[in-house]
Amino acid sequence: MRWGWIVDNAGRIGDLAWAHFSLSWPAILASFFIALPIGWFAHRHARAREIVVVLTGLLYVIPSLALFVAMPLFLGTSILSPLNVIVAMTLYGLALQVRATADAFGTVPGDVRQAAIATGYPAWKRVLSVELPLAGPALLAGIRVVSASTISLVSVGALIGVASLGTLFTEGFQRSFPTQIIVGLVGTVVLAVLIDAALVLAGRLLMPWHRRVG
Amino acid sequence: MNQLQPTWAFLTDPGRWSLILERTLDHLGYTALAVGLSLIIALPLGLWVGHTRRGADAVLAAAGALRALPSLGLLTWLTVSMSMGVRLPLVPATIVLIILAVPPLLAGIVAGMVAVPRHVVDSARATGYSEAQILGRVEMPLALPVMLGGLRSCVVQVLATATIVAYIGLSGLGRYLIDGLALRDYPQMLAGAVLVTALALVVDLLLALVQKTLQPKGRVS
Repeated sequence: MRWGWIVDNAGRIGDLAWAHFSLSWPAILASFFIALPIGWFAHRHARAREIVVVLTGLLYVIPSLALFVAMPLFLGTSILSPLNVIVAMTLYGLALQVRATADAFGTVPGDVRQAAIATGYPAWKRVLSVELPLAGPALLAGIRVVSASTISLVSVGALIGVASLGTLFTEGFQRSFPTQIIVGLVGTVVLAVLIDAALVLAGRLLMPWHRRVG
Repeated sequence: MNQLQPTWAFLTDPGRWSLILERTLDHLGYTALAVGLSLIIALPLGLWVGHTRRGADAVLAAAGALRALPSLGLLTWLTVSMSMGVRLPLVPATIVLIILAVPPLLAGIVAGMVAVPRHVVDSARATGYSEAQILGRVEMPLALPVMLGGLRSCVVQVLATATIVAYIGLSGLGRYLIDGLALRDYPQMLAGAVLVTALALVVDLLLALVQKTLQPKGRVS
């Protein structure tokens, strides 16, 4: 380890960490919100669920580098555009989160649903104010997995020239400089832990009735 | 969309087929090597943990934590810092793929073993089965479907990640992506993306078939 290099390049490391964060959070948030209606629908309809399981399984088979490269074809973006990485990461996130959402709505006890119907809740209000909060803890568990996998995968974007902490891997490799790669590895893990903590905190604030997830 | 024609021309040029085949076989070879070595690690460990039901949570948590490490970072770091890393890139590449492969394998083996009902194991023990017989004739057959599920997701993940070993100078279908990028040859990159995706889908489908065939008869679920 060459500690001096870290001190000298602290600004650049910070910039890359910020770039990494900026590529990750839109994908994490987008997969959470897009997965909500799809997952709910899959939870209600067995056929839709089968289709969703097959489709998301197929999506996860595609190597990330291949998906990044194919994105410009569908988005009309340039190969270097960060948007390719964000959209590709959203797709991977959806592959995980749609299933997690369907399972989360499945954890809502049937008699609670029946009780809401009997008390006269309109359907949309029952879904939003009864089912959604009860599915909350399982939804949170799902998005934490999405967040960890997204932050780890975003670094592959460095291979196609999209800057992130992964850039430290490619540069460190080209210069045969292990310190730089270790900084990238540690930075990625720290970023993942910070975002995970933020998600847990958001869960505590939004679901004060729910003590601990496990 | 005008990129599709040169990509199609790239893929249908018979002059390239032998190299495509060679790289496909290399890609499968890296995958098989890593999965094979991972089985040697995961199978005894998973069966022991599953049979004794000791430390299952700790093993699974440790395996899960390993997954959070970005593969590209591990790959470049091992290659640069191991003494034989640059001369023999297959060694760091295989280590990275093993680190990726062991967690889903372990998870499948342990989950399958733990799901075997306690009373089934206890009745086998009461009937006089030895521990080895319980493991080989009761637990393993019952856990097989879940174990195969773990193997399938392991193979697919390793195959997908084997794309990036081209970056440290190995072969495999990732070559087309990495070389195409260096040459700014988008059709070549796209051809590589198509090839590696097709390979992954075919392998996944084959494993799904194997999984279905080996499913013990008469099981409900």
